[in-house]
Amino acid sequence: MIALEKRPQPSQVWSVATPVIAVLATMVFGGILFAVLGKNPVEAIRTIFWEPLFGEHSFYYRPQLLVKGAPLVLIAIGLSLGFRAGIWNIGAEGQYIMGAIVGAGVGLAFYPMEAWFIFPLMVIAGALGGWVWAMIPAVLKVRFGTNEILVSLMLVYVAEQLLASMSLGLLKNPEGYGFPGSRNLQQYPSAHNADLIEGSGMHWGVVAAMIAVIFAYVLLNRHMRGFHIRLAGEAPRAARFAGVSPPRLILFCMGLSGALAGLAGLFEVSGPSGQISIDFNVGYGFTAIIVAFLGRLHPFGILLAGLLMALTYIGGDIAQSQMGLPAAAIQVFQGMLLFFLLAFDLLTNYRIRIGKAGVA
Amino acid sequence: MTVPLLSIDGLTKAYPGVVANDHVSLEIQEGEVHALLGENGAGKSTLVKMIYGLVKPDSGQMRLRGRPFAPPEPRAARADGIAMVFQHFSLFDALNVAENIALGMEDPPPMRDLASRIRAVSETYGLPLDPFRTVGDLSAGERQRVEIIRCLLQDPKLLIMDEPTSVLTPQEVRILFETLRKLRDEGTSILYISHKLEEIRALCDHATILRLGKNVGECVPSETTAAEMAEMMVGSALQAPERGRRAFGEIALDVTGLSVASPSAFGTPLRNVHLAVRKGEVLGIGGVAGNGQDELLAVLSGELPAEPDAIRLNGVAVGHLGPTERRRLGLLAAPEERLGHAAAPDMSLTENALLTGSVRENLERNGFIRWDAARAFAQRIIEAFDVRTPGPDNAARSLSGGNLQKFVIGREVLQNPEVLVVNQPTWGVDASAAAAIRQAILDLAAGGAAVVCISQDLDELMEISDTFAALNEGRLSAPRPVEGLTVEEIGLLMGGAHGMEVAHV
Amino acid sequence: MDLSAINPVLLLASLMVAATPILLAAIGELVVERAGVLNLGVEGMMIVGAITGFAISVETGSPWLGFLAAAAGGAVLALLFALLTQVALANQVASGLALTLFGLGLSSLMGQSYVGIKPPHFAEIDIPLFSDIPVLGPILFAQDPILYLGLALVAGTWAVLKYTRAGLILRAVGENHDAAHALGYKVVRIRVLAILFGGACAGLGGAYISLVRVPQWTEGMTAGAGWIALALVVFASWKPWRVLIGAWLFGGITVLQLNLQAAGVAIPVEYLAMSPYLVTILVLVILSADKSSAPASLGRTFHAST
Repeated sequence: MIALEKRPQPSQVWSVATPVIAVLATMVFGGILFAVLGKNPVEAIRTIFWEPLFGEHSFYYRPQLLVKGAPLVLIAIGLSLGFRAGIWNIGAEGQYIMGAIVGAGVGLAFYPMEAWFIFPLMVIAGALGGWVWAMIPAVLKVRFGTNEILVSLMLVYVAEQLLASMSLGLLKNPEGYGFPGSRNLQQYPSAHNADLIEGSGMHWGVVAAMIAVIFAYVLLNRHMRGFHIRLAGEAPRAARFAGVSPPRLILFCMGLSGALAGLAGLFEVSGPSGQISIDFNVGYGFTAIIVAFLGRLHPFGILLAGLLMALTYIGGDIAQSQMGLPAAAIQVFQGMLLFFLLAFDLLTNYRIRIGKAGVA
Repeated sequence: MTVPLLSIDGLTKAYPGVVANDHVSLEIQEGEVHALLGENGAGKSTLVKMIYGLVKPDSGQMRLRGRPFAPPEPRAARADGIAMVFQHFSLFDALNVAENIALGMEDPPPMRDLASRIRAVSETYGLPLDPFRTVGDLSAGERQRVEIIRCLLQDPKLLIMDEPTSVLTPQEVRILFETLRKLRDEGTSILYISHKLEEIRALCDHATILRLGKNVGECVPSETTAAEMAEMMVGSALQAPERGRRAFGEIALDVTGLSVASPSAFGTPLRNVHLAVRKGEVLGIGGVAGNGQDELLAVLSGELPAEPDAIRLNGVAVGHLGPTERRRLGLLAAPEERLGHAAAPDMSLTENALLTGSVRENLERNGFIRWDAARAFAQRIIEAFDVRTPGPDNAARSLSGGNLQKFVIGREVLQNPEVLVVNQPTWGVDASAAAAIRQAILDLAAGGAAVVCISQDLDELMEISDTFAALNEGRLSAPRPVEGLTVEEIGLLMGGAHGMEVAHV
Repeated sequence: MDLSAINPVLLLASLMVAATPILLAAIGELVVERAGVLNLGVEGMMIVGAITGFAISVETGSPWLGFLAAAAGGAVLALLFALLTQVALANQVASGLALTLFGLGLSSLMGQSYVGIKPPHFAEIDIPLFSDIPVLGPILFAQDPILYLGLALVAGTWAVLKYTRAGLILRAVGENHDAAHALGYKVVRIRVLAILFGGACAGLGGAYISLVRVPQWTEGMTAGAGWIALALVVFASWKPWRVLIGAWLFGGITVLQLNLQAAGVAIPVEYLAMSPYLVTILVLVILSADKSSAPASLGRTFHAST
């Protein structure tokens, strides 16, 4: 008989070890999945995790790690603050889209004028776009007690429709020969989020992600507001007793995560992607949820998790082109990772005892 | 001698780090009221859970009327005629009385028949109850009746009652005792768990005393003094707290016409509460659980906002202020629920010291936390209040109830409050910790602070308070000096028998 | 624009069809939530049900086997959730999200070779005589069996919850799991069964989309239906008949906006396509004030500590 026994306090060792074990378990079960799909599992795992970093073409893939990792980290940092406080913004995908639309819209409004202030203005607009979109569920929750999970998620679908409408209508490139999609911001220097060092993948979004990581770390570990966020998540009644105002906390966490998701969208649309188009969003907002948990809601953990997840995206692409591994397999792989993480997390708070049963 | 109804022989149950029951043996005869006496943490609950099939013993045997008895689950225990009235956790607020009772029965009859049987039994034993009322709307006493009737409908041979009087007024206790005596006379044995000695002397035929999981003695309560039993229970004679004569100063906390709706679905709103506490005075607020105690604490701590003028601290209107601002002005509080309300279970003691201490102890600067100072404050609490823990980095949930309570009370006391409000300061705490906490409250008052102590333990209130008032259905009686107050008067202030006539027995 | 192209009888008949997937998923989730568990993985279970049902129907030629497989598929995915939340005691919100993300990936992996195929036709039951009644006939008496199953599930769930001991125990577990445990009820076992039932219902709902409503397989075709089903449970205050009303309301809006799109109304297609989601939000706002009917243990982890 196996019994669970609550630890007197969370285990430090396990809280670091569980993500590692989860990654290993995912590799094993992912390998089995790839084998079932008729691919060589060892080859597939090697392609995903090794090739982008140390393979023949790694000079090309390594910058991609930053390009793909930055939005994930940026969004996940914002989400993690809310998750810590028990506020579930799962509509980051929508806030990401809105940040991109508003930011790009502001940039395109100035086209073809060239000026130094255009890009900073776009950054502000992008953050605002995401912020506003996240404030909808936040305000509704504060004002009416509406479930923020459902509202923020519904707004993803609304944002996707808006995106379609924008790329077919208002923001459509007038010189685009009728094709959907906006002008390419990469060809508009004042609005282009270019690599800071040519070919490094290091654009402003990467810088923003780094700042967000440090900001979140200081907030959570040194500031009263961060303490209140953690307190509200662990013991909501104790938080109210300590003087935390739940509405203010909801508005802060939702707003901040929305703004960061909006920033991620803006940096993406003005940089790597270049234009508003129907298929602009690729699910970063959802993958960031995995990143946040995989990083144990800890800023530096999220940084590592974001890079790891970026690796699976890049490696997945390589495996797709070289081995014909379906793109969806990588999605399953990422989902599996979250499963294992949640399952092994048990060990942080509980001890497993094998032996005589204590509970009838 | 006849075969006992239930005989327990060498029952042992160990949990990690603690032996809850260590070779406990006892015998319950047919038709007797048997007391199980012991402090919090003595292992009483574990023992009855084993009898009721909720917990399996590690070793030892039980015999029911001579036959081996080892219920694998409560269902089996119930089938063998064991019934239990729980202290907590066994009613469903959103369901009605009949549904709650049906859930505790093996083969409940259809709802309509059940309802009429409930009415019949409640008549017989003088426990009026409407089968179709929602349980969440009932008073604590009525909720207990639901549990008792649930048991009686199964014609139990052994009725286990876990601390049944902690939720009753003195008048209600008398009615309960009448009911229990009637049951005994009809041949039902009762295992009565309590730490209240006078009750046991009044009701029980035989007593078994547990201390730290061991059976440390037996006695016939009517032939034993309370002091003797107390000594067996605690292991040593306890010192009553010292209370010096004090002169009261000006009014520190003044509450006038305070009415607040309850934030929870089945809570009690406060209705037009008036109270005034002077510097150096301890105001004891009694009352049965669920009569507005949580709401009163929340509205005084600042968790529930009120009209600005309804609460005045040293003449300043503070009703609209939140907990932090009130702390800054010197109004501090310690809620009843330690884990999750007064303290965050998974956070360290340092973080829990920061939880309420940030303003008055200067633990933050421009919003940034001074961790060294917070840790030092936690360390000070640990030392000053003899909190048993390896250090301030340990999580709150790793402390025993008594130690955590000392930490929680100590955290507020050390901040030199002008007014301190505590709710159930010694609930579920061992005797020595309880004594230390009461002493700390008295010392605080002696130092000139005004104290409001909300408690359901009348003995405690008599021991430490200068003035007494009772909460009943959200209304507070007019405060009266404790000196000269009789138990009968207190009971009436608490709502008497809550509209119930003495049982027709 | 030609609004006269919209036939009200056909509109109502297709309203019932459009309502069925979310009705099935929501009634399953209602049972899960009444047992005190919040499973946010409905979307994932639906889409896995959609592809499982589709694939098995295509392979066997039998829609019936397809629906059976869809229920099984949804239940298997739900079992993962049950393991995570009831055995490994993981956070229910996070586990539900994981289930959805995983289900979306898994379904597109499974569905790769099924894109663009037509499933076998699922025959409607024509109830003789009744189906010939003008107006009401085609709306009520000439639908497919799963639609009737959905209605039967609503009635069944209502009756079981209200009148049976099993229903009482389920509600008790959702209301106060500690008390239920103290009385000797197997909280975890009851919850796992409820979760499996919820998964099977969601699977059926998903398959209804891919086999009847569309019928075809495309990636991500549930398009938030699972989330709308979750909202529906809140909307319904955890009461079965209200779920039915809610499902028809949403079905109606979906069908209406599709009809308006087809009729070429001057509102851009994208804004019409948004409407079901916006209405969901609106309804949540209106009905969120009253939370008193939510099961008291909803979303809380149960661990028998003593």
